[in-house]
Amino acid sequence: MSHRELDDMLGKRWRKPAFVPNPLLRWGLFAGFVLYMIAAVMTIEVNWARVYEGLDRGAAFIMAFTSPDFVSRAGAIWDGMLESIIMTVAASVVGIAISIPIGLGAARNIAPLPIYLICRGIVAVSRALQEIIVAILLVAIFGFGPLAGFLTLSFATIGFLSKLLAEDIESMDRVQAEAIKASGAKWMQWINYGVQPQVIPRLIGLSMYRIDINFRESAILGLVGAGGIGATLNTAFDRYEYDTAAAILIIIIVIVMALEYLSGIIRAKVQ
Amino acid sequence: MLKIKKLVKTYRTGDQALKAIDLEIPEGQVLALIGPSGAGKSTMIRCINRLVEPTSGEVWLGDLELTRLGSGALRRARREMGMIFQEYALVERLTVMENVLSGRLGYVGFWRSFLRRYPQSDVDEAFRLLDRVGLLEMADKRADELSGGQRQRVGICRALIQNPKLLLVDEPTASLDPKTSRQIMRLICELCAERGLAAIINIHDVALAQMFVQRVVGLRFGAIEFDGPPNALTPNVLTTIYGEEDWEATIEKVEDEEGIEAAE
Repeated sequence: MSHRELDDMLGKRWRKPAFVPNPLLRWGLFAGFVLYMIAAVMTIEVNWARVYEGLDRGAAFIMAFTSPDFVSRAGAIWDGMLESIIMTVAASVVGIAISIPIGLGAARNIAPLPIYLICRGIVAVSRALQEIIVAILLVAIFGFGPLAGFLTLSFATIGFLSKLLAEDIESMDRVQAEAIKASGAKWMQWINYGVQPQVIPRLIGLSMYRIDINFRESAILGLVGAGGIGATLNTAFDRYEYDTAAAILIIIIVIVMALEYLSGIIRAKVQ
Repeated sequence: MLKIKKLVKTYRTGDQALKAIDLEIPEGQVLALIGPSGAGKSTMIRCINRLVEPTSGEVWLGDLELTRLGSGALRRARREMGMIFQEYALVERLTVMENVLSGRLGYVGFWRSFLRRYPQSDVDEAFRLLDRVGLLEMADKRADELSGGQRQRVGICRALIQNPKLLLVDEPTASLDPKTSRQIMRLICELCAERGLAAIINIHDVALAQMFVQRVVGLRFGAIEFDGPPNALTPNVLTTIYGEEDWEATIEKVEDEEGIEAAE
């Protein structure tokens, strides 16, 4: 009997239907997940003796933050920081400029299929290759220094920004864009009037976020020889100069927080 | 002026939205297209300016056949057809003035439009139209700051600044209160009369349609079920268009509302 009589329903409890209807399967999946977690944790080997020895070094590292040394390597820190900032700004500007056309091409609702596939391909390649791997390759090609870092960050920016821009374009209000099309606008005018106003706040927000990421990444890329503050940081670690390393990390944290604050202000302005 | 011949639209899902529609609209006639949701009203007006590509059939605007135009010629043809949308479809983050001027995009080059340096004649016309609909002081407000009725007025200005021969109007009053709905319908019909424009108005509100237009076409399941003057809409006709229901109330309402209007 498929028809539900009201009298049968009244007085019965109501529960939201379960996501997995079959209770056997549902509890089976749950139990399997728990067992897997236990098994996975048990495969991690911990050498507790080594941990005990390492605690001292960890403590020295953390204690260094109470006495950061900005002075004795001030020159190196300044140079590295400047290099990182230049790298970040240049890579962000170039990356964002290239991301916009690729983002337009990677949005299925405005690009024809062949262009869409090409642009999605570029995005996929850029996202599949992790920054460090790209940096190692580019350092091998261009040698040590900030050029490799700049190119790495530009490349990574394209993958990040194009994908998110394309997704924002795909979820825009179709009718607003349709209204512009109905007036007889050319393609570029249609983008400028129908699409751009809808996605610009998000594009600006994402760009700010990407500048933030690029700056943090520039500290990592130094570890593989791609220049910037990371190189200085790496040297400080190699020499066990934890107080200098702490100074560098503090500067990075301050700059990232300042960028975060700035992006909050800018995003509020463009809403 | 507009002639539709055997227009068919079959969506990829297999739904036949329009089944060989034939319709002719003379110069200056305002026509209301009524029918239940899903009858193909929206599809039909979108097939005329090809926001939806028709499957087969012909659409003649004057002596230009629209369904086979290339993209450049289609853009030029779209300039002749102003469109007014349900839910206004203004670009919300642009100013009122930018929204109105966007109706001129088919006439100005990219850089002019990009830099918002429109010819003075376009700017003057935009001001004139905004004044006509009573929104002159709103010109520099952002579109999303306006109320529903105000937005639809901006939508009307955007369509008219194209200097079209034909207005395609898709549910202009669907999200407006009854009074504003009536003001908007009156405004559209007055402007059509002033400029000698033909118009197709998709509308749910049968009583409102009866009040303002010269001709009503009823669509059901993608076919024309009724074509005649508004006073020929009897309960029987409404039953053939919409299905069984007590229609006396709807038609009585017309008289009621006319009574209210006289009292106003």
